[in-house]
Amino acid sequence: MKNIYKSTAVIIASSAIMSISNSVVARDYIDVVGSSTVYPFATVVAETFGKKTGGKTPKIESTGSGGGMKLFCAGNGISTPDITNASRRIKLSEYNKCQKNGVKDIIEVMIGFDGIAIANSKQGPAFNLTRRELFLALAKQVPNDQAGELIDNPYTKWSDINPALPNTKIEVLGPPPTSGTRDAFAELALQGGCFTYDWIKQIKKDSKTAKKSGDKSLASQLKKKYKTICHSIREDGSYVEVGENDNLIVEKLRANPKALGVFGFSFLDQNSDVVKGAVIDGVKIDFEAIADGSYPISRPLYFYVKKSHVGKVPGIKEFIAEFTSEDAWGEDGYLTDKGLIPLSDDARQKMSDSANGLAPLKMQ
Amino acid sequence: MNKNTTEIIKLKLAKRYAKEKRFKLYGISAIAVSIAFLLSLLINISVTGLPAFQQTYINIEVDIDSKLLKLDSQYSEQELFRANYSKVVKQSLKAMFPGVKGRKQKRALRQLVSKSAIYQLRDFVIDNPSVIDTKQSLWFLARDDVDVFMKGGIDRSLPESDRRLKDFQLVWVDKLLSENRLEKRFNVSFFTEDDSREPEQAGIKGAMIGSLLTMLVTMLLSFPIGVSTAIYLEEFAPKNNKWVDLIEININNLAAVPSIVFGLLGLAVFIGLFGVPRSVPLIGGLVLTLMTLPTIIITSRAALKAVPPSIREAALALGASRVQTTFHHVVPAAMPGILTGTIIGMAQALGETAPLLMIGMVAFIADVPQGITDPSTVLPVQIYLWSDSPERAFTERTSAAIMVLLGFLIVMNFLAVIMRKKFEKKW
Repeated sequence: MKNIYKSTAVIIASSAIMSISNSVVARDYIDVVGSSTVYPFATVVAETFGKKTGGKTPKIESTGSGGGMKLFCAGNGISTPDITNASRRIKLSEYNKCQKNGVKDIIEVMIGFDGIAIANSKQGPAFNLTRRELFLALAKQVPNDQAGELIDNPYTKWSDINPALPNTKIEVLGPPPTSGTRDAFAELALQGGCFTYDWIKQIKKDSKTAKKSGDKSLASQLKKKYKTICHSIREDGSYVEVGENDNLIVEKLRANPKALGVFGFSFLDQNSDVVKGAVIDGVKIDFEAIADGSYPISRPLYFYVKKSHVGKVPGIKEFIAEFTSEDAWGEDGYLTDKGLIPLSDDARQKMSDSANGLAPLKMQ
Repeated sequence: MNKNTTEIIKLKLAKRYAKEKRFKLYGISAIAVSIAFLLSLLINISVTGLPAFQQTYINIEVDIDSKLLKLDSQYSEQELFRANYSKVVKQSLKAMFPGVKGRKQKRALRQLVSKSAIYQLRDFVIDNPSVIDTKQSLWFLARDDVDVFMKGGIDRSLPESDRRLKDFQLVWVDKLLSENRLEKRFNVSFFTEDDSREPEQAGIKGAMIGSLLTMLVTMLLSFPIGVSTAIYLEEFAPKNNKWVDLIEININNLAAVPSIVFGLLGLAVFIGLFGVPRSVPLIGGLVLTLMTLPTIIITSRAALKAVPPSIREAALALGASRVQTTFHHVVPAAMPGILTGTIIGMAQALGETAPLLMIGMVAFIADVPQGITDPSTVLPVQIYLWSDSPERAFTERTSAAIMVLLGFLIVMNFLAVIMRKKFEKKW
């Protein structure tokens, strides 16, 4: 028995020493954080990069765009991430926070587009929606006949909104508020539909004029006002949050042909035998429609690199080169196999030049 | 009077028996329901997961042409590593299917084999440089869509637009099948490969090693700390002391705290304050130590309490000191119970994901960790990540990984039972 206690003591001591000695060692792999939407693309690039060069494969964490920015901008030390992925552009507030914490030079790379699909089961009816109808179906409060008036969402069936739509209950399965997909859905689909009401759009215009004239508090107040109208999703059971697992939504749509689901295009692409995408504003969701911008609910994807880490952590330059190679993000590249919608030829060329030249981002 | 009582009892007897029978029935039906749930879960997982233990391989006549590889007669190791293997694979496929035209079809043709074919060929050529400028018949991993088709996951009768494999691709697959160039084999790579974003290449080795390292750290820390705490509190701490009571209440409370809270604590203290790197088994082990400590302390204390006082009293009466009594008699007698508790605590830690989310272990890591400071992931996290992947072929791998994790848990719990049975003492 005695020996056991002795050896335990030795083990504790040695593990304590190990932990101290290890925190000093420099990092020899690239540390990537950020959006769960970019994750499936960044991971493929990382894997190819690792296999091609025979070096260490970058570590990629899926923290969400906001969480990634927070980690990325926390400081400039070697223990902070080198790259963060984002399914939206960096916000000015985040950029300022980065600057404040010593992350001066940030390289911005736009990698392509992602479409958000509104889909239902193959057994269900075909949906032909406008963004305005989507807004009316899902907003917490909808405009009344009179401008400036809001009432609690009265619609329970699709046919209540437009008689041409199916006579079924409004039931939409989608991601929770923590998700970037939800942000983009609110921003592009709901806000798009919301702004078809002139008086709501006017609030945004007023906000912009207020900003220009220097009245910041009024500007942000008005901004908040229209965002509350446009981005608030009803909580009476018509919109069901399914967690950040798009496979689960697809599975639930298969089981419930009456429901609609909101998820990334790559999941629609992979499950085209189970679910079908709705037509939005007269455009059917497919690869081409997202690429040429005619499908309205699509967003650009980015990643951001700390310039100061280039050279300190091995492989960052090569990783950027791999990501921006035609092999990866080109029209025939392996990222398009995974559902990324590529940029146009010109945009790719320009982006690749600025990224590989390590040109830092400038925001006012 | 006496007779009357007996009669009353007799009258009630039938009722009492019926009551007993009913209670038994409730018990049995409760067990039956839980077994039914368990079985449906296990069957569901097995049915989805079992196909993952097989993998489709594809045979290709590879013409390893030095011109295609862009190798001169003299080449360095570096040049051999960087040679154009993807072109060789492409050309070999083209030679097997002449008459494939158009960009889309050519691209689809390349997608019959896994992307790993290029690297497999590279390693093969590096190991046997003599094969350059010869023709070799090699087996490669098939692409996930082909694999899903071979396992019956793609329905031919569906309209073409709804299928991942189009009509012309099915013609190729049929041709390969008729030439015996497609084969399902036991999926060794599932156990020997690391994570990958290509389902056919993805394996659980990295996650298993990561789990092992994390558990090692957890055990090395939580066992000594937990057991010493339990021994002190049970054997040495003053009774009826306010501080001791406070500590006890806190330990019992901690056992019921949601595990994600330990993740937040780890993030703030170990990563924020001590600068332990993210995503490594060391930090995972530290956080899981915090989580398992209450379990170990509580079970160890129960085991120590179960040692009859007579043992202590006998030792003390014979002149042993309190330390001698505890370590020579009480702790050895309680060891089976302590070990059982530790194993159960470890099994709990093995299946945990929530706290690891906070400390960056939910990440894509394609390299097998070499030590406790290399980034790594663990089995339950691997399951979580795969379940969230769009590729259809990951569903079966998710279930297969669940089966492996369940296997580990069963082994650990079985071990706990054996230990208890073997070393248990009857007083």
